[in-house]
Amino acid sequence: MACALAQHVNTGRGRRKAAAIARTPPTAAGAKAGHARSARTGVRQDVRFSTRAPPGPPGAMTLRLSGRLVVACLEEARARLPEPGAEDATLDLSDVEAMDTAGAWLVIDTQTRWRARGKTCDITGASPQHTELLEVVRRNIPAKDVSTKPRNDFFDWLETVGRTACSGGRKLIEMLGFLGAVVARFGYVTAHPGRLRLTSLVHHMQEIGLNAVPIVSLMAFLIGVVMAFQGAVQLRQFGAEVFVVDLIAISVLRELGILLTAIIVAGRSGAAFTAAIGSMKMREEIDAMQTLGLDPIEVLVLPRVLALILVLPLLGVVADVMGLLGGAMMSWIELGVSPGMFQTRLHESVDVWHYAVGLIKAPFFAVIIGVVGSYEGMKVGGDAASLGRLTSTSVVLSIFLVIVADALFSVFFAIVGV
Amino acid sequence: MAQPGDAIIQVRDLRNQFGSHVVHDGLDLDVRRGEVLGVVGGSGTGKSVLLRSIVGLLRPRAGSVTVLGTDMLHAPDDRRQKIEQRWGVMFQDGALFSSLTVRENVEVPLREQTTLSARTRVALAELKISMVGLPPNACDKYPSELSGGMRKRAGLARALALDPEIVFLDEPTAGLDPIGASAFDALIKKLQMTLGLTVFMVTHDLDSLHAICDRIAVLAEQRVLVTGTMKDMLKVDQPWVHEYFHGPRARAAGIAED
Repeated sequence: MACALAQHVNTGRGRRKAAAIARTPPTAAGAKAGHARSARTGVRQDVRFSTRAPPGPPGAMTLRLSGRLVVACLEEARARLPEPGAEDATLDLSDVEAMDTAGAWLVIDTQTRWRARGKTCDITGASPQHTELLEVVRRNIPAKDVSTKPRNDFFDWLETVGRTACSGGRKLIEMLGFLGAVVARFGYVTAHPGRLRLTSLVHHMQEIGLNAVPIVSLMAFLIGVVMAFQGAVQLRQFGAEVFVVDLIAISVLRELGILLTAIIVAGRSGAAFTAAIGSMKMREEIDAMQTLGLDPIEVLVLPRVLALILVLPLLGVVADVMGLLGGAMMSWIELGVSPGMFQTRLHESVDVWHYAVGLIKAPFFAVIIGVVGSYEGMKVGGDAASLGRLTSTSVVLSIFLVIVADALFSVFFAIVGV
Repeated sequence: MAQPGDAIIQVRDLRNQFGSHVVHDGLDLDVRRGEVLGVVGGSGTGKSVLLRSIVGLLRPRAGSVTVLGTDMLHAPDDRRQKIEQRWGVMFQDGALFSSLTVRENVEVPLREQTTLSARTRVALAELKISMVGLPPNACDKYPSELSGGMRKRAGLARALALDPEIVFLDEPTAGLDPIGASAFDALIKKLQMTLGLTVFMVTHDLDSLHAICDRIAVLAEQRVLVTGTMKDMLKVDQPWVHEYFHGPRARAAGIAED
C-alpha cells in the first residue's frame, strides 16, 4: 500500500509546498496513481503517489521526496521522514524541485541516521546541481565534537568556585596595584605641580560636585524628614519627643549624610568614570595616549580622583545641612519642636565630633569610588558588552567597598572613643 | 520562477539626501540573478548608502527599489518581511552580537524566522560555520575573541543562515591582509557557485573586483555612472573611472596593462 503526504505550509518564505515524502514499503507489490486534495488547507493540490514498485530486494524501501526541500519547510519534512527501521532504504530525490543547504543537510542527516543503525541508505535521482550541493554540505558537516565530554557536576561547581575565588583575589591585588600607581602619580604631580591638569580638574569638580547638589540635597532632605517622622512615632510613646533632635543629628551627621551621598556619587560619577574611560579604552584612545607620551593615569584618572576627594566632603556638608533642615521641618510639623528649640537642642547635646566623624570618612570614600570607577574603565576590552558589564560592576563594587569602609570606620571610631 | 540573468534587484530614479547634501540623484541600477556585482566609487559617493537603501535600513527621498518583483518602498510589512528573509547582509566588521557566541549568532535568524527544533538549529548553524571556513572550535567563541577575518567569516555565516538568494556584502575584504582577502574572495565565489547566490558587493578592493565580480557598477556624480565587465571599465574615459582602473594599484592588481 503506497501512501503520500503533501500539504501547504505557511511559514518562512511564504506559502510553499513542503517536501512531500512518498513511502513505498517493501510489502507494496503493485503500483497506484491518483490525485487527492489537501484537506487541511483546502487548497487544491496534486499529491503524487509513488507509482514505482520498490526496485530493491525485499527488505528495502524507497523514500521518494518531492517538492521544495528548503529551510522554511525543513521541520515539516523532518517530522514526516520515518525513523530508521529494520529495512534498508533508498532516498529518491528525482522529484525535488528545490533544495538548499538545510535540505541537503536533512538528506545527509537521514542517511547518517540510517547508517548508524547498520542499514544502507542510498541517494538516487539527484540532479547534478543537487549532487554538488550535497557534496559540499557533506564535506562541511562538522565531525561529532569530542570536546564536550560529560563532566561531573560537583567538580564542575568546585572548579567554578575555585576560579571565582582566584580571580577575586587577583582582582583585589590588581586594584591595589592600580591604587599604588595613582598614588605614585599623585606624588609625582605634587613634585611637578605644572603637570596637574587644572582645567580637567575643575571640569570634573563641576560635573561631580556642583551638578550633583540638587539630587544630594533632595535625598538628604527626605532622609531627614523620614528620620524625624519615624523617630517621632517611637519617641512620643515615652514623652521623649525632644530626643528626636539627637536621633536626627547623630544619624545624619555621623552616618547617613555622607554614606548616602557617597552611594549617590558612586552611582552617578563612578559609573560615568567607567563608561568614559572604558569607551576610550575600547576605541584605543588610551593606547594612542601612551604612544604620544601621555600617561593615562595622570591625564584621566588623577583629575577625576582629586576632584572627587575635593568635592565629596563638600557634598557631605550639603547633605548634612539639608538632612537637618528636613528633620527640623518635620519635627516642627509633627512634634511641635520649634526651629529655635531644635537649634538650641542641637547646640547643647550634639558634639561637634559627630559632624567631624562624618566628614573624615568623605575623602576615603572618594578614593574608593574614584579608583574603582577608573580601574574598571581600564579593564574594558574590545567589545561593547564588557563596557556595560564593567560599568555595573563598578557601581556595585564601589558601593560595597564604601559600606565595608564605613563599617571599619565605625569600629575604629568606637576604639578611639569618638 | 525567474530566469537566470533577469534583474533580481531594480533600483530606479533613487534619490538620497541628508539635509542639503545630495548623495544620490536619479540613480538606476539592475542586479541580475546569479551574478556577482561589485559596486565601487570614491569615498563619500554613497556606496554604503545605496546598500542601506536597498535593504531598507534607510528610506530614500524618492525613487523605487524593486527586489524579487516586490516594490520594497510601498509593499505592506508582511510582504516586505517575506522578501527580507530571502536576502542576507554582511556588515563591514561582521556586526556580530557581542553577547552571543558565534554559533548563537548564526542561530539568531534560524530562531526568529523558522520553527526548527533546537537540535536542527545547532546542526545547521555548525554547518554554516564550517562552510565559511571557520574551525569547529570557533563555534563557542565570542566575537571579541576572534580576529577581524574570522569575524567577517562569522558575519557571512549569519548572513547565509537562511539560505538567502541574495547576499549583500559591505566591504568584505576591507581590513584583511592580502592572503586573507583572497581567501575570502575565493570563499565568496565558491559559495556563490554552489548555492547559486546573487551577490551585491560594495568594495574598494581591485583584486576582489578582478577575481570574483561578473559586473562592476561605478558610483560617481550622484548616480551609477557606468556598469559593465572589467573590460568595459578599462574603456571608460571618465577621469575618476580611468584613474581608478588605470592607477598604480590597478596595475599592481594586473588589471590595466599599460
